[in-house]
Amino acid sequence: MSRRLDAAFAAARAENRAALIVFLEAGDPSLAATQRLVRAVAEAGADIVELGVPFSDPIADGPVIQRASERALVKGTSLAGVLDLAARLRKDGLTTPLVLFSYANPLLAMGEAVFAETARRAGIDGVLVTDLPPEEGRLFVSVLRAARLAPIFLVAPSSPEPRLRKAASQSRGFLYAVSRAGVTGARAEMSEGLPEFLARVKASAGDLPVAVGFGISTAEQVAGAAKLADGVVVGSAVVRVIEEAVARGEDPVPHVTALVSELRRATVLKQT
Amino acid sequence: MTTGYFGEFGGRFVPETLMAPLNELWAAYQVARRDGAFRKELAHLLTTYAGRPTPLTFARRLTEELGGARIYLKREDLLHTGAHKINNALGQALLAKRLGKTRVIAETGAGQHGVATATACALLGLECVVYMGEVDMARQALNVFRMKTMGAAVIAVRNGSRTLKDAINEALRDWVASYATTHYILGSVLGPHPFPEMVRDFQAVIGREALEQVKKAEGRLPDTLVACVGGGSNAIGLFHAFVPHASVEMVGVEAGGRSMEPGEHAARFGPGKAGVLHGTRTLLLQDGNGQILPTHSVSAGLDYPAVGPEHAYLASIGRSRYVSVTDEAALAAFHRLARTEGILPALETAHAVAWALEEAPKKSKDHVMIVNLSGRGDKDVHTVAALSGVAL
Repeated sequence: MSRRLDAAFAAARAENRAALIVFLEAGDPSLAATQRLVRAVAEAGADIVELGVPFSDPIADGPVIQRASERALVKGTSLAGVLDLAARLRKDGLTTPLVLFSYANPLLAMGEAVFAETARRAGIDGVLVTDLPPEEGRLFVSVLRAARLAPIFLVAPSSPEPRLRKAASQSRGFLYAVSRAGVTGARAEMSEGLPEFLARVKASAGDLPVAVGFGISTAEQVAGAAKLADGVVVGSAVVRVIEEAVARGEDPVPHVTALVSELRRATVLKQT
Repeated sequence: MTTGYFGEFGGRFVPETLMAPLNELWAAYQVARRDGAFRKELAHLLTTYAGRPTPLTFARRLTEELGGARIYLKREDLLHTGAHKINNALGQALLAKRLGKTRVIAETGAGQHGVATATACALLGLECVVYMGEVDMARQALNVFRMKTMGAAVIAVRNGSRTLKDAINEALRDWVASYATTHYILGSVLGPHPFPEMVRDFQAVIGREALEQVKKAEGRLPDTLVACVGGGSNAIGLFHAFVPHASVEMVGVEAGGRSMEPGEHAARFGPGKAGVLHGTRTLLLQDGNGQILPTHSVSAGLDYPAVGPEHAYLASIGRSRYVSVTDEAALAAFHRLARTEGILPALETAHAVAWALEEAPKKSKDHVMIVNLSGRGDKDVHTVAALSGVAL
């Protein structure tokens, strides 16, 4: 069920680097633009693309992704529209793994079974639900697995060991470690306790790759995080570049390509 | 299945980061509620500081005018800070101290919960930050000033609909980053477990008192309880002690707003569908894609797209029922109660009064109805004056 995801992490490891996971808010500034952006991000070296499903009340997101979500909703972006987009990308030959990043309510409104089946057919590889901890996600996990989709849970610095193990055992593809207490968005500095936290997560995850995200925006931060985890997620920094390009009336694609290329170079582990 | 469910409603749908502080809170609350010292301290504050017990007032002139049910008013409006919200704010602020937290955050719609929290924090020496939608700050300017006067920081929320829903979003975002030092005093029977159960317990004193008082006044149980329902804390507070008494009808009154068109009201029962918002599974006003719909009510405290999960549950088993009342009817009730009883109700509370005005005449003269007078209307005087075309 996590074939493409497993392959992406294996390929990165073979190249002595961490996998680069890039988040895009689907529908910002439009679904057509997101389609071009996903291709550009994949060509620039992203190993996995996360597609954010816009939601009216994104409590886990900072201002950058909140604004992107609002713009996408104003354009009428829906979960069904995001799944259509994924299907179009696959039809065009995209082979990069796609992970859906959503809040619970849009999935519940579609119906879990209908969602899982539609997502499978659209070529989605994994599903991450921000506000669905493992306790509430049991039924959802079985529905996803039946559709051969990878459930991906998040762990946080506040998660005690039993929760880390539970999240890891329920996840496929990778486990998502939230780098710090707080919402999404760029931070000047990485959390001090990150090495210790990621060591705990890795110990609980066993063979499952661990990706770290939240607050990672610069090449320097990516290089630092790449030493500690199997994958590094960059979201708000990319979304901000899109926002700024669109505000200037420019095509965001070349700006995003330049940023992702730089981030990708930063994932390579230096020989010591 | 985790704990914290009322039938199929409730639960804990939150980012992983909040699971540890919610577990910590639940553990501390379970100990505190059985701890004689904690209960004694809270009871002492409720009596000597907040003004409990509140009276049950027989509304003689209103009852005579309407010519039907005997109407009693449970006078939460007489509490310190002017509404039932202080019952919960004091309880949770004491709990925050037990947890060793030094900072408190809260959301507020009408400002009553914000004022109650600012008050409890001033009393107990806790730092206080209140999130409030920009729209609500404009319509409840008096309460903003009260909070600031008591030392709270009031942060304007400019996202989304800039009302209660968005204030809760912002408070949750704060808490995800600050839980190590901060307790979130959620103001209603909403949000992730344990809030719906804990806030209900702190508010259940309303119904316990009312049960004793009505037995003394009438020698029997009441026939009908009426309370307004935004998140539903005053309603559950009145209802809880009466739930086992099946003969007592329990009616929650929602905001019917301007009309039943989407975005023009906050009546969740009926058009609402089960979904997840702010950490709990409950009835929501949402579109077909699972996006939360805007709401409208003349009263900021009822202007919210979800309802407490226990209300959704009580309705699902037929134990309580929910109706809605328009802005216009609520305003008329505000004036009518003022003229007949000399009591200015909060605009939220006026919704419950409006339903009583409509239903009481249809009942027999031995029918006993208790209306929860959840808050006083001083904060709404400017709004009501403006709607009546009077410049203050």
